[in-house]
Parts: sequence; C-alpha cells; structure tokens
Amino acid sequence: MNLNSYGLRKFKNRFFFVACAVCVVLAVAPLVSILWEVIVRGAPQLSLNFLTATNAKDGIGPAIQGTLILIGLTSLIGVPIGILSGVYLAEYGNNHFGSTMRIINDALTGVPSIVIGITAYGVIVIGLIGSYSAIAGAIALSFMIIPIIARTTEESLKLVPNNIREASLALGAHKWKTTLRIVLPSAKSAVITGVLLGVARVAGETAPLIMTILGNRYFFQGLNEPMAALPLEIWRDSLQAQQSIIAQGWGAALVLILLVLSINIIVRVVSRGRLRK
Amino acid sequence: MTNQKNPKFFTKKVASLGDFLFKNLAAVMAASALALLLIIGYELASGSGSVIRTFGADFFVGTQWVPNEGREIYGALPYLLGTIASSGLALLFGVPLSIGIAVFLVEMSPRALRVPISYLVELLAAVPSVIYGLWGLFVFRFILVDYIEKPLNTYFGWIPIFGGPTPIGLDLFTASVVLAIMIIPTVASVTKEVVAAVPNSIREGAYSIGATKWEVIRHWVLSYGRSGIFGAVILGLGRAVGETMAVAMLIGNAQGAAAIPTSLFAPSQTMASLIANGFLEAAPGSLQISAYIGVGLILLIMSLSINLGARVMVTKVLKVKGGAVE
Repeated sequence: MNLNSYGLRKFKNRFFFVACAVCVVLAVAPLVSILWEVIVRGAPQLSLNFLTATNAKDGIGPAIQGTLILIGLTSLIGVPIGILSGVYLAEYGNNHFGSTMRIINDALTGVPSIVIGITAYGVIVIGLIGSYSAIAGAIALSFMIIPIIARTTEESLKLVPNNIREASLALGAHKWKTTLRIVLPSAKSAVITGVLLGVARVAGETAPLIMTILGNRYFFQGLNEPMAALPLEIWRDSLQAQQSIIAQGWGAALVLILLVLSINIIVRVVSRGRLRK
Repeated sequence: MTNQKNPKFFTKKVASLGDFLFKNLAAVMAASALALLLIIGYELASGSGSVIRTFGADFFVGTQWVPNEGREIYGALPYLLGTIASSGLALLFGVPLSIGIAVFLVEMSPRALRVPISYLVELLAAVPSVIYGLWGLFVFRFILVDYIEKPLNTYFGWIPIFGGPTPIGLDLFTASVVLAIMIIPTVASVTKEVVAAVPNSIREGAYSIGATKWEVIRHWVLSYGRSGIFGAVILGLGRAVGETMAVAMLIGNAQGAAAIPTSLFAPSQTMASLIANGFLEAAPGSLQISAYIGVGLILLIMSLSINLGARVMVTKVLKVKGGAVE
C-alpha cells in the first residue's frame, strides 16, 4: 500500500483532529471530577455549626478564620512591596539593575513553596519569634505573592499607552505624580486582577504552612502563636482513619475551593468584560 | 490645575526630591526580590551546614535515612531519584496532552469554544495542590488501581517496572499521573502562545504546496515553534519538581533505600514530599532537621536552574517573533 496515498493522508488528518479533541477532554475530565466530588462529598457537611465551631465541636471555624487572617496579613505585607517593585520594573526598569531584578523575580516564582516554608521556619520560627506563629506563615506566603504581583503589575503598567504619560508630564506633573495619579489608576483593574489572582494562588498553599503556623484547634490566639488554616485542616483530616473526620476534610475542601475558584472566576469575567469594551 | 495655587510645588528642588524619593523607594522594593532570594539561599545553606559537615559527600550519594539517635545516617539520593522519576513521568504523560490541547485551541477549535476551553484548562491551575491530593487519595487512586495498575501488575508483572506486590495506588504511578494533570495548564498555555506566534505565512506556504491541515501542524507549525515548546516543557518540569502536597499525599511516603524508584507501582518519595511528610517529626536544631534542610537545598538548586533555563528559552523565542505574540 502506498503510505502517502491521499486517502491515508486524509485519514491521518481526521485522526489527529480527534486525538487533539480527546486531549482536551482528558484534561477537563479531572477538573469536572474534582469539582463534582468536592461538592457531593463536601456539601452535606455544610452547616452554620460546621463553619463557625471549633474542631472539638465538629467545626472548621478556626481554619476558616486562620485562612482569612493569612490572606489579610499576606496582602498587607505583599501588595505594597509587590506593586512598588512592579512600578519600578515598568517605569524605571529599563536598565541593567531593572533587567537583573526581573530575572531574579522570575527565579523567585520558581522556588518551591516548601523551600520558602523552610526559610520562614529558619528566619522567623527559630530566629525572630522563637515559636510556630501566624506571622511566620504570613511572611512565607508574602515571599510567594511578591514576585507574582510584581510581575503582573509590571505587565499591566506596560500596557498603558505612553502618550498618557507624556500628556501628564507636559502639563507639568512630575514623574512620581504621573506614575501614582495617572499611570497606576489607568491600569487599576489589571493590577487588581493580578493581586486577586495572587491571593487566590497563595490561599490554597499548604506546604509552607506546615512548618510555620503548624495548625491549632482554637481560634486566633495572637500573631506569635500557632494558627489553623483550611489547607492544613484538609491535609490533616485526610490522614485520619475516622470517616467523620475525613468527611470534615471534604467540607473544608469545598469551602477552600469555593473561595479560590470564585476569586478566579469573578476576576476573569470582570476583566474579560473590560477588554471587550 | 489645582497645583497652580501652590507655585512652590513647582520649584525644581521639591520636584527632584519627590522623584528621587519615589524612584528610590520603588528601587528598594524591586531589590527586595534579590534580598528574598539571598535570604532563602543563606537560610538553606546555613541550616544544612551541620548535616553536610557530618556526612560530606555521603549526604548526596547515600541511600540510608535513619533518624534514630546514636546511629543517625542521612542520604538524599533516593529522593533525588524519586523527584527525577516522578517529574519525568509527569512530563511523559502531561506533555503530549498539553501540546494536543494547544494545537486544538489554536488550529482546530471552533471560535466559540476557544475561550471556554482555555478558561477550563486554566482553572486546573487554580485548584489548590492539597485538593488534588485529597481527590487523588479518595477518588482517583481507586480508578487507577482498578483499571490500570492491577491489570498491568497481573499480566505484565514480570517486567520490573510493573512488578512488585499487588498495588494499592499509593505509589510513583499515581503521584506522577496527578502531577501530569497539574502541569497541563502551565505547559498548554505557553505552548498555545508559541503556536499562535508562528506566522501565518508559514502555514499558507505549506498549504500552497498541498499539505493537509495535520501535515501543516506537524511538519511546519510544531517544528517552527519547537524551541519555544521545549521551553514550555521545561517550565512544566520546574513546576513538577517543586510540587509538594499532592505528591506527599499520594506517593506512599517510603524512606531510605525503599524510596529508590524501581517499580511504577511501589511507594517512593520525592525531595519535596520527604520534607512535607517528615519535617515536624524532627526536633528543632537536630541533625535530622538539618538533613531535611539539606534536601531542601538540593531541591532549591535543581528548581532554580530548571526555571531560569526555561525562561531564557521561552523569552528568547517569543522575543524573536516580536509583535506576532497575541
């Protein structure tokens, strides 16, 4: 048989079209399965008690509170530093220092989260505070969110057309004022999108929390005390033999995935509407 | 503007001071990236000092992991091999799928499906690692055991990589398949950009000499973008190497020589999962903690070199194509 016959080539063409479509299905199937299982196994757990009580009363209140505190503290530390370094890279970074920092920033995003956990353990848990503490976890997560925010801020500022900057400078505004009052506000929604995606990303991180906030069965005790968090709760619950505790883990997973995915979906829908205009 | 009421604002001295302060504040913040990286490097190097001083090169090539006091011995080799095996397998399963997805999205998909499919694939990246672990542990593991692991183990058990006792799913294979799912969004989205950056004139030229759509993709588009796709694969490798929680929950938590990957269906351990599973068992300041930090140091060096290599490659390719991207 002639291997290059037209019929065979046409068949190959169809075959690989189907193969590529199958690839898409194979990648989307796990997502559907994960969402389905988390909802089916997690939803029966949900109740006011489950969301607000401590572990002793079959609730994950401390974990939810801990994750919210972590998100708040991480944003407090990470957002200003991340946005300002993004501003530097976009507005002043067209030099040797800027390009070096850009590479280092990229390198930081590639550092495994567990390694960042070890670092925060060494610096904060062993060094500065001397115990497993909420603040150590927040600092570890800030290490992760800073390069993400710097990157997205830089990219969004670069999309601001130069003639807006020139117009502002021509009116007599100084560069810092132009940057703060003109450039950043015009890129506002893109910058916020980047921040929210960064938050969604670190909210689900588990590895760096293991050796920093440790986990706790009680509500917030103080910044220099151990604290609970949803991802840790899920992990610990999954290691238990008792079915009721594993079920709690699924409930916690549902809460976490609702938090993370709703941030993602809202951000994407909103930013898409903006791009369409 | 309102500033005119305040002419002092325009004096040169104030102006340059404001600019000077703002620029330098921003520069300090940008330099924090360097500071963070140095802190990470210093903390891991100093923390692993005592284990490296105690065992020397044996820490890197040894296979024992005995934390019992008095006869402590630590060797990181099995976990290095476990990391290489699991991320290599993840690439083997994940990369063909990712390239298929990217090609489908850019070259084949009906316009209306393009955006929703991209969203769904990107949502895979938003699912937290620990939830992949939970799903793998209680759902996906049993599917793999029943339909892949047990049949292969029963009928092809004489081949070493399928050998060993009856699989229960907490093994290298399960961890690698879940890792493959987790790297798909990374590899697929970069590959998509690379494929989209291939100039249309290449495609038109190929069609004009009578190639079918698949031949255009296979022989022109993919080969034109191959270095960019290679960069995407390396980026995926970087993600797989550092991935912790899902692997820690699924790979079976083997230690010492038992963790050396020999069979797909036997428990193993990666560097990241070793640290996650064992770190809290060690006392602060002990030699055991130092051993975990030493493993972290190897992991850091490995993932940094992978990521930098990948980024250099991707940016080089995307820069050459200039305005063609997006």
